[in-house]
Amino acid sequence: MRTPEPLIFKHSRSGRSAAGQYPQGATANVPEKFRRRKPAALPEVSELQAVRHFTRLSQLNFSIDTHFYPLGSCTMKYNPRACNQYAMLPELLGRHPLAPAGVSQGFLSCLYELQEMLKDVTGMKGVSLTPMAGAQGEFAGLAMIRAYHRARGDLQRTEIIVPDAAHGTNPATATMCGFSVVEIQSLPNGDVDLEALKGAIGPKTAGIMLTNPSTLGVFERRIQEVAKLVHEAGGLLYYDGANLNAILGKVRPGDMGFDVIHMNLHKTFSTPHGGGGPGSGAVGVNQRLLPFMPIPVVGKEGDSYRFLEEKDLPQTIGRLSAWAGNAGVLLRAYVYMRMLGREGMHRVAEFAALNANYLLARLKQAGFDAAYPERRASHEFIITMKRQAKELNVTAMDFAKRLLDYGFHAPTTYFPLLVPECLLIEPTETEAKEELDAFVAAMVAIQAEAEQDAAKVKGAPYTLPVRRLDDVRAAKQLDLTYGMRSTE
Amino acid sequence: MANIPADLKYLDSHEWARVEKDGTVTVGISDHAQGALGDLVFVETPEVGKALSKGGAAAVVESVKAASDVYSPLSGEVIAANDSLGSSPELVNSDPYGEGWLFKIKPSNAAELQQLLDATAYEKVVADAH
Amino acid sequence: MPFIPHTDTDIKEMLAAIGAPSIDALFDEIPAALRIKSLAAIPEALTEMEVGRLMTARAQVDGRPLCFLGAGAYDHHIPAAVWAIVTRGEFYSAYTPYQAEASQGTLQLLYEYQTMMSSLTGMEVSNASLYDGASALAEACLMSVRAHRKSKSARIVVPATLNPTYLSVSRAITEGQNLKFDVLPYEPGKGTLQFSKLEALKGEDITAVVIQQPNFFGLMEDVDAITDWAHANGAQVIAVVNPLSLAMFKPPGEWGTKGVDIVVGDGQPLGVPLSSGGPYFGFMTTRMEHVRQMPGRIIGRTVDLDGKQGFTLTLQAREQHIRRSKATSNICTNQGLLVTAATIHMSLLGASGLEAVASTSQQQTAKLVEKLTRIPNVKLAFDGYRFHEAVLQLDRNVSDVLDALAKRNIVGGLDLSKRYPELGNALLVCATETRTDADIDAYASALAAVLER
Repeated sequence: MRTPEPLIFKHSRSGRSAAGQYPQGATANVPEKFRRRKPAALPEVSELQAVRHFTRLSQLNFSIDTHFYPLGSCTMKYNPRACNQYAMLPELLGRHPLAPAGVSQGFLSCLYELQEMLKDVTGMKGVSLTPMAGAQGEFAGLAMIRAYHRARGDLQRTEIIVPDAAHGTNPATATMCGFSVVEIQSLPNGDVDLEALKGAIGPKTAGIMLTNPSTLGVFERRIQEVAKLVHEAGGLLYYDGANLNAILGKVRPGDMGFDVIHMNLHKTFSTPHGGGGPGSGAVGVNQRLLPFMPIPVVGKEGDSYRFLEEKDLPQTIGRLSAWAGNAGVLLRAYVYMRMLGREGMHRVAEFAALNANYLLARLKQAGFDAAYPERRASHEFIITMKRQAKELNVTAMDFAKRLLDYGFHAPTTYFPLLVPECLLIEPTETEAKEELDAFVAAMVAIQAEAEQDAAKVKGAPYTLPVRRLDDVRAAKQLDLTYGMRSTE
Repeated sequence: MANIPADLKYLDSHEWARVEKDGTVTVGISDHAQGALGDLVFVETPEVGKALSKGGAAAVVESVKAASDVYSPLSGEVIAANDSLGSSPELVNSDPYGEGWLFKIKPSNAAELQQLLDATAYEKVVADAH
Repeated sequence: MPFIPHTDTDIKEMLAAIGAPSIDALFDEIPAALRIKSLAAIPEALTEMEVGRLMTARAQVDGRPLCFLGAGAYDHHIPAAVWAIVTRGEFYSAYTPYQAEASQGTLQLLYEYQTMMSSLTGMEVSNASLYDGASALAEACLMSVRAHRKSKSARIVVPATLNPTYLSVSRAITEGQNLKFDVLPYEPGKGTLQFSKLEALKGEDITAVVIQQPNFFGLMEDVDAITDWAHANGAQVIAVVNPLSLAMFKPPGEWGTKGVDIVVGDGQPLGVPLSSGGPYFGFMTTRMEHVRQMPGRIIGRTVDLDGKQGFTLTLQAREQHIRRSKATSNICTNQGLLVTAATIHMSLLGASGLEAVASTSQQQTAKLVEKLTRIPNVKLAFDGYRFHEAVLQLDRNVSDVLDALAKRNIVGGLDLSKRYPELGNALLVCATETRTDADIDAYASALAAVLER
């Protein structure tokens, strides 16, 4: 039985600290008007107490290293330890972002080669590694589209078309960039509705944001038609690379007609999710958007590398971060791509698709309802619990919570919004067959529980550090810091 | 089955309007809407004196799973907002047509009242949503 | 094949269950014309041993020059325990805590972090991080425009002593939302905001005034006067701060009579290595009255079905995955791993440890300035009270001097001459607690030698 770990503030005792971790003897003479009067309420604990506290907290988490994590649209593949070790070599770890190029060739060569490899796997002409997450990559992409139209004097293009199945960051980013969002529907089979698209396109269309395969887990088969329609109307195509794992080494977004893409290095290229980040949303562009790339970009002149900046790319959309993006993440992605190599890159989508289609087939055989049963799964697929919700009053959320008791992190729930009571399941290529079989067995067991004793499923989880949490109370009685509501 | 009082007017975006004896109009969200949102955790009402236009966003209702705009059924000036919702947003759930009212307006264009749905028409909207 | 566990038997059995003849058949929905023929530009795979050799060689090419550069990223000692814990698989490879019951470790840590950052900055509430300090400032400006009901101008006043990169990032990120940035000059010879220029704006509609403390030159601004002026003039105040410095200095929540409205900055000095500029993390704290306008994730404490304490993401309705086009921001992924490092770091050092680091850094910079200004033709540009950076003026082209120093394995500072041409051959230097007296002497000798030519 696990005992709860108190907040670290409960361990504090006045005067305690991790001696030896900071210099002794300096006394500052701070003028009265600048001096801090009362110290910040930070913990006062010993080093062992801090180590024990945070180690115990870590043990309360699920993680890829400990659990199968079939989160659709997140690509929870193994984060190779080598990537961490080599990105954190002392020389790379200790480099100041503004260190001159002369003492940075090792670092810059890794980034340059990463740019080149990403160009090749995506079929794009230029890559900027600076956006710090997918959402920032989307922002960069739309900002480049806006800059492109402006540079051509085409100022009336104020609309971005977004399918209703899109990830929430897509319309949020479009709004942040000053565009208005035109939403179009998807067909029941998961493809974009071409008629709806034709109706939405016009002289105000700046572009369209698409994912392929879509968030519904299926490949948009008429993508070339879509590209043609949008290009003919003068708009550009933006590719949301969240699902790149489905096509890595098989199809290239550049070949599909996309003008600009973002990649999620923390999904497709195995960099760690870290409990919420950091990510990296590198962007790729075709010829016409090259001048607008966010800076800095790594350039090569002869044998030496340097950062290309404002004077090299005068039409750049600018800087999105203080430095060059999440450099440590970029180094991890570089190491990963070097370990995959050419052959390994082809294999990613192949085995991601094999695992997804196998899991889909077994779940269908076990009696679960696929949202698109006649389609191939891409690297992910949707199972809907609509029937269970109606007949047994057991929802997708209930299945998700009960899966936690069985030792599996739940799949993505309730996204995409289009499919009611959905579970979006993405196994990734790094899982072994036995893990998938065990997942199916758990789902079958939960279905049986749902039929025999629905309340049991609805009350899950039982075996985790906490039961289901009161979200309503969390939002109504905001308790966002220790001491805000109580010092318990 | 959601409750739809016969004496009120509605928008198909699930707001209700009640014309008071003094000609002002009270606005809230329907029983169907509060059920779909779930327990409300926060309500943002418009400032008194603000000018609203028909169909314009006037308030925001926030639950754990959604934050939805509430549209004004009529053009006019906000003359009152329900202050109790600051501490008790759940009133919208428990009594959506009574104590869970959101705001009151002095309408500027009486003709707009005719454009609102009556209870029967709104019943159809709710039925279609299922 | 690295990381892919499938045996031939596995593949056969799986294809049979699917009813497909081959893996290739799984892609039959994709038009043949779109399929890649080959990836010629990707090299052959390397084993882990080989990639290890490659990376070690590249790292050795760069080596470890002695660093006297700050300008927003600072070299501080990080206790070994911090990254030993951060790289535990349970933190490193965990996802965003959407399934709260399976993420109590991350969620409780973030709640502790929110508590620490709020207290450190003197504010009431914190979010769970943004990407970095520069983008956090951009988000703060947008937040201020949203939250400030009475101001219609979307006009942001910033001092010329704000980190110039923070300003250009803020412009780039808010492009498309019609914000106006007005830059006010600093007092020549003093290096701090020219207050009369601020006073000249009296009566105008200003949404927010940004103050960086310490400023980009390392100097301390009169934050009380600026904060009170802004509030008296109906503007909000956004503070941009170095979190380590707050261990010594009055936090923004206590500036002026009312304290500021939003605080942002980069958390890198708290347990995050320099690593070429990222990943770092941006922090944001504010008053409770603005909490619904604050972008990014927020963790709240609540209870579970048994009444037991637990932690969960809250106020999610403002975020992109629910509010979509009307979200407070498009941010989804944040910098969770780095926040983990900072929380452990702050717990190990505590307030007194951070204060010791801050004051030692200030002291080492003072020594550096003293030693370097003894060299002929090396002058201190501004002699006001400063934290741990200083602006020096040389008698010749700074970038040539920096190149010469780099050949001696010293990264001497930041060349300011292009960004602030009025300062002439200006160099921004920094010495933290990690620069020993011997390091400082080494720099002084090297600079003297370089300047002798």
